[in-house]
Amino acid sequence: MNAMSPVAHGVGISVRGLRKDFAGREVLKGIDLEVAAGEFLAVIGRSGCGKSTLLRILAGLDAPSGGEIRFGGGDGRARLMFQEPRLLPWASVRDNVAVGLGEGGGKARERAEAALDAVGLADKAEAWPATLSGGQRQRVALARALVSRPRFLALDEPLGALDALTRIEMQKLVEQVWQAQRFTAVLVTHDVSEALLLADRVVMIEQGEITLDVAITLPRPRRRAAPELGALEDQILERLLGQMPSRVDG
Amino acid sequence: MSDLALVSPRAASYRTAPPPRRSPRVSLATARFVPWLLPLLLLCGWQIGSQSGVIADDIFPRPADVLASAARLTLSAELAHNIAVSFRRAVSGLALGGSLAFALGLSNGVSRLSERLTDTTLQMLRNIPNLSLIPLVILWFGIDEGAKLFLTAFGVFFPIYINTFHGVRNVDAQLIEMGRSYGMGRFTLFRRVVLPGALPSIFVGLRYGLGIMWLTLIVSETIAADAGIGHMAMQAREFMQTDVVVLAILIYAALGKTADSAVRLLERRTLGWHHAYGRAAR
Repeated sequence: MNAMSPVAHGVGISVRGLRKDFAGREVLKGIDLEVAAGEFLAVIGRSGCGKSTLLRILAGLDAPSGGEIRFGGGDGRARLMFQEPRLLPWASVRDNVAVGLGEGGGKARERAEAALDAVGLADKAEAWPATLSGGQRQRVALARALVSRPRFLALDEPLGALDALTRIEMQKLVEQVWQAQRFTAVLVTHDVSEALLLADRVVMIEQGEITLDVAITLPRPRRRAAPELGALEDQILERLLGQMPSRVDG
Repeated sequence: MSDLALVSPRAASYRTAPPPRRSPRVSLATARFVPWLLPLLLLCGWQIGSQSGVIADDIFPRPADVLASAARLTLSAELAHNIAVSFRRAVSGLALGGSLAFALGLSNGVSRLSERLTDTTLQMLRNIPNLSLIPLVILWFGIDEGAKLFLTAFGVFFPIYINTFHGVRNVDAQLIEMGRSYGMGRFTLFRRVVLPGALPSIFVGLRYGLGIMWLTLIVSETIAADAGIGHMAMQAREFMQTDVVVLAILIYAALGKTADSAVRLLERRTLGWHHAYGRAAR
């Protein structure tokens, strides 16, 4: 709990033989995964491959059917950013951010405003969520997720519903706050280029199993048009689209 | 020609502030006045009709006569007493039936067990027209306050129960999941997510309930009472005082409108975030 230094704020996650089935159908078939403290991991895969299920289990929203998850050095108190902003329509933007502080946050108001400032929405503290644009709402959701300084942030395709330009802005913002706070981040996305742009490491899940695990060592901030990224993206996409025949080793 | 010129130069009009078409104060006054235009016209037509003899006096009194009897009854404090009695009955019926309905609606919305236990019974009771109970209620309570209280509470109960129940059930499941994942306990979740989410629906129930409240009260006061607006009207009928009868009807209309306005005010206060009620939409 007292490890508040900016260097190693994140929590390490160790997953062993994680299984999950829904009504007899096996969605995750024994996942082994190590996430280092402060690492930015991206999980990619086709829809229905089990990547969101994995994230929901990591974030504590669902219980696994088997296997174990250990959070190194204390609690794995996770904050989850959903695909939708999920703001309370009847609470002001500031109060929505304060939801992230839980009960009895003494300086809730100040902390919520500081978090809003960090996502560039300090002037919207009094506004109703209904008056914001889609990108602004998702930024409020980010502020809510980060206001309690979590050690683990789970992102479930949070940028999927945004338009292209807003999305680029949000990607920059996410990278910026991650670099400033050094929490452990797990991002689930179906956008390979987004994964390559943001993550230290990309893991691919196919039919409930991890079939690819690549470290991305390119320096940050990464340029979207960098040729190395393009080459990697091609390889991964080929793998994703190629499906069955190439999977002899799996 | 000049019409076109007014519409086209968009770019220019963004630079300078657009000239106000009407001062906001005037348009607000118009907005306040317009809803009362129709009632006022009806009143004028009524007066003219009575004066010209189209409407016979013994069938329907003149507005002036109604006003005169209102003044007479006000001066004798009889009117104030009757209104107070009716108002007290309405409020206590609403408080009793409404709070029971609210509590049951909430608990059945939140708990499946509570729903299984009570919902079927309540749905059966709901299909009994409350006024059909009048003979039984008179046998039970006589013409006491108990009879009126029972009937209004019974009538008010169902719209509030059903709408509270549905409001709670239809709260966005994604928001509830968000609240859980952000560590809200049961009570916090209820206070911050479920109750505000159900509130628009609860208000719909309240407004329906108010309508039934007045209806039930009018009928039960005309059948069995020794005071109240309905009693006043029945007494006046015996003495052929049509002006007092009409006055009673008008008072009921005014009381109903007042209750509805009060709920609207409450809605605007508490549902400011809701697109249908206020600031958020603008």
